Amino acid sequence: MTYWAHKKAFPMTEGQSHIIPYRTFILIWATLLILTGVTVAVAQFNLGALNIWVALGIATLKAGLVVAVFMHMKYEQTLFKLALLSALAILAIFIGLTFSDVLYRTP
Amino acid sequence: MSGHVHRDYTGAKFGMWLFLYTEVLLFGGLFILYAVYLARYPQEFVSAGGQLNVWFGGGNTLVLLTSSLFVAVSITALRRGAVRLCQGLLGATVACAALFMVNKFFEWSAKIDHGIYPGSAQLKKLAPGEMVFFNIYYLTTGLHGIHVVIGAAVLIWTMVFIKTGRVHADDWVILENAGLYWHLVDLIWIFIFPLYYLLLH
Amino acid sequence: MTSEQPPAPADRGFFGEARYPGIFGWIFSTDHKRIGLLYLWCIVAFFCVGVLLGLLIRLELFAPGRTIMDAQTYNAVFTLHGVIMIFLFIIPGIPAAFGNLIMPIQLGARDVAFPRLNLLSWWLYISGAGLAVTALFTGGGPPDTGWTFYVPFSAQTSTNVSLATVAVFILGFSSILTGINFVTTIHRLRAEGMTWMRIPLFTWSLYATAWIQILATPVLGITVALLFAERVIGTGLFDPAQGGDPIMFQHLFWIYSHPAVYIMVLPGMGVVSDIVPVFCRKPAFGYKAIVVSSLAIAFAGSLVWAHHMYTSGMSDTAVMVFSFLTFIVAIPSAIKVFNWLATMYQGSILLDPPLLYALSFILLFTIGGLTGLVLGAAAADVHVHDTYFVVGHFHFTMFGGTGMAFFAAMHYWLPKIYGRMYDKTVATVAWGTIFIGFCILYISMKVVGMQGMPRRYWDYVPEFTGLNQLGTFGSWILGIGLVLMFVNLIRGVRSGTPVGANPWGGASLEWQVPSPPPTENFEEDPVVTHGPYDFKKAGIL
Repeated sequence: MTYWAHKKAFPMTEGQSHIIPYRTFILIWATLLILTGVTVAVAQFNLGALNIWVALGIATLKAGLVVAVFMHMKYEQTLFKLALLSALAILAIFIGLTFSDVLYRTP
Repeated sequence: MSGHVHRDYTGAKFGMWLFLYTEVLLFGGLFILYAVYLARYPQEFVSAGGQLNVWFGGGNTLVLLTSSLFVAVSITALRRGAVRLCQGLLGATVACAALFMVNKFFEWSAKIDHGIYPGSAQLKKLAPGEMVFFNIYYLTTGLHGIHVVIGAAVLIWTMVFIKTGRVHADDWVILENAGLYWHLVDLIWIFIFPLYYLLLH
Repeated sequence: MTSEQPPAPADRGFFGEARYPGIFGWIFSTDHKRIGLLYLWCIVAFFCVGVLLGLLIRLELFAPGRTIMDAQTYNAVFTLHGVIMIFLFIIPGIPAAFGNLIMPIQLGARDVAFPRLNLLSWWLYISGAGLAVTALFTGGGPPDTGWTFYVPFSAQTSTNVSLATVAVFILGFSSILTGINFVTTIHRLRAEGMTWMRIPLFTWSLYATAWIQILATPVLGITVALLFAERVIGTGLFDPAQGGDPIMFQHLFWIYSHPAVYIMVLPGMGVVSDIVPVFCRKPAFGYKAIVVSSLAIAFAGSLVWAHHMYTSGMSDTAVMVFSFLTFIVAIPSAIKVFNWLATMYQGSILLDPPLLYALSFILLFTIGGLTGLVLGAAAADVHVHDTYFVVGHFHFTMFGGTGMAFFAAMHYWLPKIYGRMYDKTVATVAWGTIFIGFCILYISMKVVGMQGMPRRYWDYVPEFTGLNQLGTFGSWILGIGLVLMFVNLIRGVRSGTPVGANPWGGASLEWQVPSPPPTENFEEDPVVTHGPYDFKKAGIL
């Protein structure tokens, strides 16, 4: 939504977003601490190649919570979410295509 | 511009998010290298990563997660008019940043005392994969540390704005953007911690 | 350039009002038009330096062996030519100069979204440029690595690569901030009625470009930062002796630098897309297809970086993957070319200087793009890699493409910005001279490259002498044409005949404000009622 369209639709509330209560933040914080504990605990077991993927999965979950609630992404316009996805997709593409070299290179 | 005042909060926030994407891609370059070298030297990354102290890394994780909570709550506090609480929380966040850096100082000092730092003679005796691990460890945590310092400076600057009344319950976008930056510092660390400190197997 | 005050007849527009006196009214101004002009004249100045260095290179290559300089000086000169042309001219050229000058007006905005950030971008640009110049005279002498800074040589050479990398980092930061500003502006500051499908194609191309600037430039930042760290503290991430992989430097470098090719050329395509309809008096054919192809180029351009690395020793799998992906980029580029031609079909064409430059863009960029297919095919590339064929190819795309578009933009929009028209006859003669010189210079490069002459060499075997001398003659003709063009333009903006708001008959918003535009562009916020190429509704036809 452009500035003009938004101004017409919500003349008094430009940029007035949702106020998130303290309790939500504290719950998220507690979840983040628990997940940190989980990732440390899981790292003690030898899961072979899975270790790194589990660690990354938990980290992604934690990051998702921070982005969604601490950074209010949950309450932002679709534009913000699309932009975030584009940035992450591009990074994934950079890593993925680099591995088309690295994985198949014969030294 | 003069004579034409509008407060486009969405625009300001969007600009900040775009800047955060550039930070993600900046660290992304290091994560690409990490992924490539991890694939090439899985054994050496475990043997070198096992030498890092999980208590330093874990402790700093807690410090940063808590500081992130403080910043998030400070915005709600400001918007509800609790200016003193907001300032206190921001002060606590800056204290967390300082604690993080002190922690980092001791962690690096211990490693450097053992002769493990970029370009050292001790480092060059290690296996190639271990050398790579320590080099990328110093670079990534060093770059992250720079961001912690910048983030703390931005928060202090915001506290001054709140003090002078430029940022207040009806005009808080500067605090919001400073907070977004601080959360990014936390986000990066959420990935650094398991990738560098929890390589046990 | 800046502090002079053109005594325009009626209204001096944004030249009249300034917050600070004299030069400070420019270098501390947050007005997007003043910042745009600061960029423009700085960029033109650096372009002239780059051209001089290029002429020196050609002079050295006039005969085998030493002609005017020794080999080490030659290495420094071509490195400097590359660094200046890439980082100080082509990348900021059209977006920072004409994007700042025109884009907010095309959207119906009073300024960009973050005017002070915009000023900071310019300061970073100038600081980066200053550091790049400082790197020439300090440390171990001017860098001699080529603009690509490949390791291991760049990590080991005693020349002042470290400072040059800092300069590149700062220039990248400037580019990022411009990108952030433009994306936010286009999303948030469009005038009432300016729907996405009414945005002029130039601004659309800047939008696609700005996304590349945001998402790719940071990778260059970290790459040069790592090179800096490798030189200064010996981190050795690209050093095989420390377990590093030098090919990873090339990957990271091209992850930025290939998308950067589209940072360079997309705005040029936008300029052409804006100019062709106006001088054919016809709406742009396939407006939506051009928009989509801009975005598609921005995306697909991020998938093809390793086609610069076929001979680097990377895996054969990667060679095939990237060769295949490279051909995909040709599709959206071709869509644009066909749409421009279809726009011209049955139009009432006015061969004014902006269109002449735009047409030479289409021709030369197409030739450059087709020779790019030779290089994109892995089997053919192995034979011509690092020869003058590559040099000819990228000069066709970058100079024949972006350079011509930059000249087209100058001839198209400078009368708007200064309210004065240059001499069109001289501009046409200059265009012809540039075009002829260009073709002689770069076609001879392609031929001599096909015969096997490697790039970046100071010396060559006598068999190549004829073609090299032909190229050097071409460079002189090109140089004369450029001098003629710039002198004519500068005379035009200083003392040309005054023009009204709409000298070319354009239908987009920038032609509806006075020339020069007033400080905040619009007396009242405009309401847009028709598309940018709707000449009938705009009352042009």
